[in-house]
Amino acid sequence: MNTMFNPKKFHKSQIKFHLILIPLALFMSLPIIYIVNDAFKPFTELFHYPPRFFVRKPTFENFRLLYTFSAESGIPMSRYLFNSVFVSIIVVVLTVFISTISAFALSKFKFKGHKVLFKINTYALMFVPIAVSIPRYLILTKLGIFNTYFAHIIPMLAMPVGLFLVKQFMDQVPDELLEAAVMDGASNWQIYAKIMFPLIKSAIVTVAFLAFQQSWMSTEASNIFVDLEALRTLPFYLSTLSQQTGNIVASRGISAAGWLLMFLPNLFIFVFLQSRVMESMANSGIK
Amino acid sequence: MKIKQFMKKLWNHPYFFLFPYAFLFFLIILLPTIVSAVLSLTYFNTIERPRFISFKNFVNLFTADNVFLQNAIANTFAYAVIVGSLGYIFSFILAWLLAQVTPKIRTLYTLCIYSPSITGGIMMTIVWKVMFSGDQAGYLNHLLLELGLIKEPIQFLQNPDLLFPIVIVIGLWSSAGLGFLAMLAGLLNVDRSIYEAAYIDGIKNRFQEIFYITIPSMKPQMLFGAVMAIVGAFNVSGIATSLSGGTTPPQYSGWLIMDHALDYGFNRYEMGYASAITVVLFIIVIIFNRISYKLFGSND
Repeated sequence: MNTMFNPKKFHKSQIKFHLILIPLALFMSLPIIYIVNDAFKPFTELFHYPPRFFVRKPTFENFRLLYTFSAESGIPMSRYLFNSVFVSIIVVVLTVFISTISAFALSKFKFKGHKVLFKINTYALMFVPIAVSIPRYLILTKLGIFNTYFAHIIPMLAMPVGLFLVKQFMDQVPDELLEAAVMDGASNWQIYAKIMFPLIKSAIVTVAFLAFQQSWMSTEASNIFVDLEALRTLPFYLSTLSQQTGNIVASRGISAAGWLLMFLPNLFIFVFLQSRVMESMANSGIK
Repeated sequence: MKIKQFMKKLWNHPYFFLFPYAFLFFLIILLPTIVSAVLSLTYFNTIERPRFISFKNFVNLFTADNVFLQNAIANTFAYAVIVGSLGYIFSFILAWLLAQVTPKIRTLYTLCIYSPSITGGIMMTIVWKVMFSGDQAGYLNHLLLELGLIKEPIQFLQNPDLLFPIVIVIGLWSSAGLGFLAMLAGLLNVDRSIYEAAYIDGIKNRFQEIFYITIPSMKPQMLFGAVMAIVGAFNVSGIATSLSGGTTPPQYSGWLIMDHALDYGFNRYEMGYASAITVVLFIIVIIFNRISYKLFGSND
């Protein structure tokens, strides 16, 4: 018997897979290992010749510099950080709410057009957001929300893949569970909040996970939809850091430190939520 | 009383649940696509009103715009074919390998492999700039000098022949994203009894197993992965420029369709022309997706 998918216990036949996976995993994490090392390197080690990959005497100097450096340029780093955190939280909360209520409607009500609407959304999975940044800019300007927080938030809210995953997940919830509540006279909103919402935790976590990743790392809005420095987000600031100083070596440690700060939330979120995410990704197939 | 009842009915109607998403979908996905299509037929410099010029933008694009034809289109095709398909195949192979090991260690590997895709191309350029830095302090140059493979440091990021391959490597590096997770989940959920039955029916080795059992039983996830790979391969811009510095990369190496569109849109304010470029991109994306639906879609 050769089938060993998803083994529960270690067996020596798995060693060959580890022999391939260990170098691959290390190779893929090289940039992150690099960032961690650079972020803690003192000035002398950043300039050191010959270049050393690993840090010898770690320091928090780069993090301190990141803070003071941006204060000098007029907008303190805390402002960029606040913008990033604020925008991401709003995007996550609203995306979860909007995707789950509409998925609820598409999954559990047989109204006119529910199949067509879901099909449209499935085709929209192939949508390439960057291709519409020009008309989005024009529309946001027309709506009068250029240079506001809305310009960061609104373009992130309709997430076809989010609706798709939640709807697929909700399809697994047996209708009988809802019917009992309907008999008791519960309204659709009560059914959504009291029965559906707790049952689809994995899908909710997944949408939150994706919405966070999208908005946390996005530089599009800061680039195009706002031009007030005080409204821009941390990844945008970090991406301009090397251009601001004109010297990549001087800003290297600082951007590595900033980048590490950006990466940490992603890391924790993945570690804590991955089992939920994998559970809902099992329903991700396009049929 | 009537109004109250009506409000209650409205409040509980499925359309009401759907409305926020549908409205936003229209506002930021459908409407921009339509605006692009309409503007592509106009001359529009954002100051004057758009002026209808029929297909002139497209004619110019395909007859007079050398950078578009020789660089943007060619590079985008090369990038999409290499990063899209190779990235997709790698994702599947990685997911398959991961499915063969125990859960805890699998999570760790998955994190390592998935993390580059979260960080995004632009952020990654901070890393790559140093790795490929043109002086002898760049990691790769230093390594090659130490090994005696080269005598002088190579200007990786200023050499047009090397810049585009580097852009592709970065693309591949971050291509194990959501589609990879979906395929991994799909692999882990293939019913074990199907494998057992297949071995009784005379499947001999793991390659046969992959092609006759595994892939057919996770076709929906394969399609999802393919769609994500395509979107990932086209939703890119600015990598070459931020690697090389300046406004355009040397000899437009690694210059993609979206770089061209954003350049015309936001640097030259020729929004009509820029929209025509994005319409071309939309058409290419749709063709690529049709192909993957043909390969993995159910026939309905």
